[in-house]
Amino acid sequence: MNWNRLCAMARKEMIQIRRDARSIGIVIAMPIVMMFAFGYGVSFDTKHIPVYVYDQEKSQQSQDFVKRFQASVYFNVVKTVQSYPELVSAIDAGRCQIGLVVPPDFSKKLRSGQKVSVQAIFDGTDSNSASLGMSYTEAVAQAHSQQLQLAWLRGRGQGQPRLPVSVDARTWFNENLESMVTIVPGVVAMVMAVVGTFLTSLTVAREWERGTMEQLISTPVTPLEIMLGKLAPYVVIGLADTSLCAVMGVWWFGVPFRGHIWVFLLSTLLFLIVVLSLGYFFSVVAKTQLAASQVSLIATFLPAFLLSGFMYPIDQMPAVVRGITHVVPARYYMAILRNVFLKGSPVLTMWQDLLGLAIFAAVLGLAATRVFRKKLA
Amino acid sequence: MSDSGNAIELNGLTKSFPGVRAVDGLTFAVRRGEIFGLVGPDGAGKTTTMRMLAGVLAPDQGSATVAGFDLTRDAEPAKHHISYMPQRFGLYEELTVDENIRFYADLFGVPRREREERSAELLKAAGMAEFRSRLAGKLSGGMKQKLGLVCALIHTPEVILLDEPTNGVDPVSRRDFWRILYTLLDQGVTILTTTAYLDEAERCHRVALLHEGRMLFCDTPANLKASLPGAVLSIVCADPRPVRDLLAGIEGISSAMIVGDGLHLVVRDPQRMIPELRNRIAAAGLSCDAIEQVAPSIEDLFVEAVQGGHGQDRQDARDDHGGQGHTEDREHQGGGR
Ligand SMILES: Nc1ncnc2c1ncn2[C@@H]1O[C@H](COP(=O)(O)OP(=O)(O)OP(=O)(O)O)[C@@H](O)[C@H]1O
Ligand SMILES: [Mg+2]
Repeated sequence: MNWNRLCAMARKEMIQIRRDARSIGIVIAMPIVMMFAFGYGVSFDTKHIPVYVYDQEKSQQSQDFVKRFQASVYFNVVKTVQSYPELVSAIDAGRCQIGLVVPPDFSKKLRSGQKVSVQAIFDGTDSNSASLGMSYTEAVAQAHSQQLQLAWLRGRGQGQPRLPVSVDARTWFNENLESMVTIVPGVVAMVMAVVGTFLTSLTVAREWERGTMEQLISTPVTPLEIMLGKLAPYVVIGLADTSLCAVMGVWWFGVPFRGHIWVFLLSTLLFLIVVLSLGYFFSVVAKTQLAASQVSLIATFLPAFLLSGFMYPIDQMPAVVRGITHVVPARYYMAILRNVFLKGSPVLTMWQDLLGLAIFAAVLGLAATRVFRKKLA
Repeated sequence: MSDSGNAIELNGLTKSFPGVRAVDGLTFAVRRGEIFGLVGPDGAGKTTTMRMLAGVLAPDQGSATVAGFDLTRDAEPAKHHISYMPQRFGLYEELTVDENIRFYADLFGVPRREREERSAELLKAAGMAEFRSRLAGKLSGGMKQKLGLVCALIHTPEVILLDEPTNGVDPVSRRDFWRILYTLLDQGVTILTTTAYLDEAERCHRVALLHEGRMLFCDTPANLKASLPGAVLSIVCADPRPVRDLLAGIEGISSAMIVGDGLHLVVRDPQRMIPELRNRIAAAGLSCDAIEQVAPSIEDLFVEAVQGGHGQDRQDARDDHGGQGHTEDREHQGGGR
C-alpha cells in the first residue's frame, strides 16, 4: 500500500464531496432532518388527550373516578361507550388516544379494601404523547387513590396506608413505551446507520456511472488504496455527523450524557467502519448510484429500525427474531449509545456490545477490501 | 522490456460478449518507438482491444505483452508503464484542470517538481495554459480530450494507449494533439491509437484495419495504398446516392463509397471503365461532372476491404515494411489533409 496514492484518493474524494451539492445535503442536512423527524416528529401538545370511557359498573364511585379525568386539563373525556369493541374501534380509528375501562366490580372491591385495577389502553403509535398520557393517567389514578385513602383513614382511624386504585397500563403497537429521553440515543444510532451507508453507497457507483472508473483502474492504484482513500473522508465526516447528532440530543432534546466521550467515539468509529464498509460493498456490487443507494437504505434502515431495539425492545421479541438481531450491527451500537447517554455505567459492562461491533467492523471491513476488482464488467 | 524490440505484442487475443465476439484471435505487434494506428468501423472491436491492452479488461483467450509485461499474469505492474486514455472522457468534472493533473500524477508517483514542469509544458503545448483552474466539467469537448491526454502523459510511460483521442476535437486542436504525440515519439515512447479519422491513420507509422474483431490489413500507409488492387476513380456529382446504387455490383467495380463531393469507385481497369461509366450514368438519366483517376487513400482501401472482402490474403504481409515506414512517415507529420 502506497501512502501517497491513498492520500491522493482521499483528497480527490474530499474535493468531490465539497463541490457536490447533493453530497453536502446528505452530510449536513440529512442528520439534522432525521434527528428532528424521529426525535421530534410527534406533537408535544398533550393537553386534552381524547379519552373514551367504558364504565362497566356505572356506580357512584366509578363515576367519581371518571370525573377526575374530566376535571384534569390533560384529558378530555369525549364519550362513554357501552362495549369493549366500540372502544377498540375508536382507538383504531384514532378518535381517541386512551381508552379507560372501569371493571364491573370497581366499587365492590373498593368497599372491601381490595386493590382495583383500571385498564387504560393507549394508542402507542405516537410513542411520545402516549408516554406522557400514560404518566398523566397514573398521576390522576394516584391522586384519586390518595383521596380515597384519606377518606378511608378518616373513617377508620389510623390504619396501614393502601393505594386502592392503580392503572394497569397496556400500550398497543409499542408495547414497552419509552420516553423521549430514551428514544433520542436510538435516533442517533439510526441516523448514523442510514447516513453512513448512504454516503459511501454512492461513491464507487458514481465512478462507474460517470466513466471515471475506467481511467482510474488503468493506473497503479490498488483496490485497498481505492477503498481506504474513499472511506477516510467519510470516517471524518461520520464522526462529525454523529457528534452533531449527540450535541442536538443533549442541547435540544435535553438528553443527559453520562458516559465517557471516548466510549462514544470508539463505538462510533467501529460502527462507522461497519456502515461505511457496507455502503462501499453495495456500491461496488450495484455499479449504479440509484440501485446502490436503494439497497443500502433497505438493508440498513429496516433492520436498524425494527431489529436493533429502537422500535421494539429486544428482550420481548420471539426467540427466533431475537436471534436475528445479533447480526444487526445497529443493535450493539444502539445499546452502547443508550448506556453512554443515559446510564454512564462502566465500560466493562458494555464489553459484549463493543466486541460485537468490533467483530462486525473487522468482517465487513475485510469483505469490502475483497469485493472490488480492477476490471471492467 | 522484451528483447524482441516490440513494445506491444498480441497473440490470438480474444474477447466475447454475450452474442458477439468483439475481438477474435487478434495477433500483431507494435515496435518500440512506433506510432501504430488501429482503425475500423463502429463495433470493430477497437475499444475492446485497447481495454485489454490497458489491463482493465480480462481477455477470454490468447495473450498480450505490453512494455515487457505479460498482461494475463502481470497486468498490475504493467500499469506503471502504460498510459491509457479511454474513448469516453474519464476525468473528474468536479475537479479543476490542475487538480485532475495532480491526482493522476500522484497515482503514478510523479514528484511535485516534475509534475509542475511537465504539466506547464503539456498545457502550453495543448494551448490550455490559461484554463488551469477551470473545472474539467466546464471545458469544451475538445479541451476535455486534451486534458485527458495531458493527464495520461503526466508520468513517463513506455506505452501510450489512446482510444479515439481526437474524437470531437477541432482541426486546430488536432494539430496540437499530433504535435504532442510526435514529440513523445522522439523520446522513444510507443503509441497505439485508434482513430475514426483516416487522414490521421496516414500519420501513423503503421496501420491495422479491424473489422468484426479481426484484422484485415496491417502495413505502412504507403504500402497499403500501393497494395490496393485496381485503381480509384473519382466521380464528381451533386447527388451521389442514386449513382452509387446504379453502379454498385457492376462487373469490374469492387467497391463504391460516397465522399464529400461525389463518389469513389475501386475498379480493375480505369481507362476502359471511364467511358462505360459515362454511358451508364447518362442512360439512367442521372448526371455527373467529372470522372477521373485519383491516388488511392487509406479510406479507399478500407472501404474496399470491408465491402469487397479481399482483406484476408493480405494479412501475412503485415510485418515486413515497418522499417522504411518509419523515416518515410516522420516527414508526414505536417502533411495530413
Ligand atoms: N461491455 C460490453 N458488453 C457487451 N458488448 C460489448 C461490450 N463492449 C463492447 N461490446 C460489443 O463488442 C463489439 C465491439 O465493441 P467495441 O467497443 O470494441 O468497438 P469499437 O471498434 O471501439 O467501436 P466504436 O468505433 O463505436 O468505438 C460491439 O459489437 C459491441 O457492441
Ligand atoms: Mg470504441
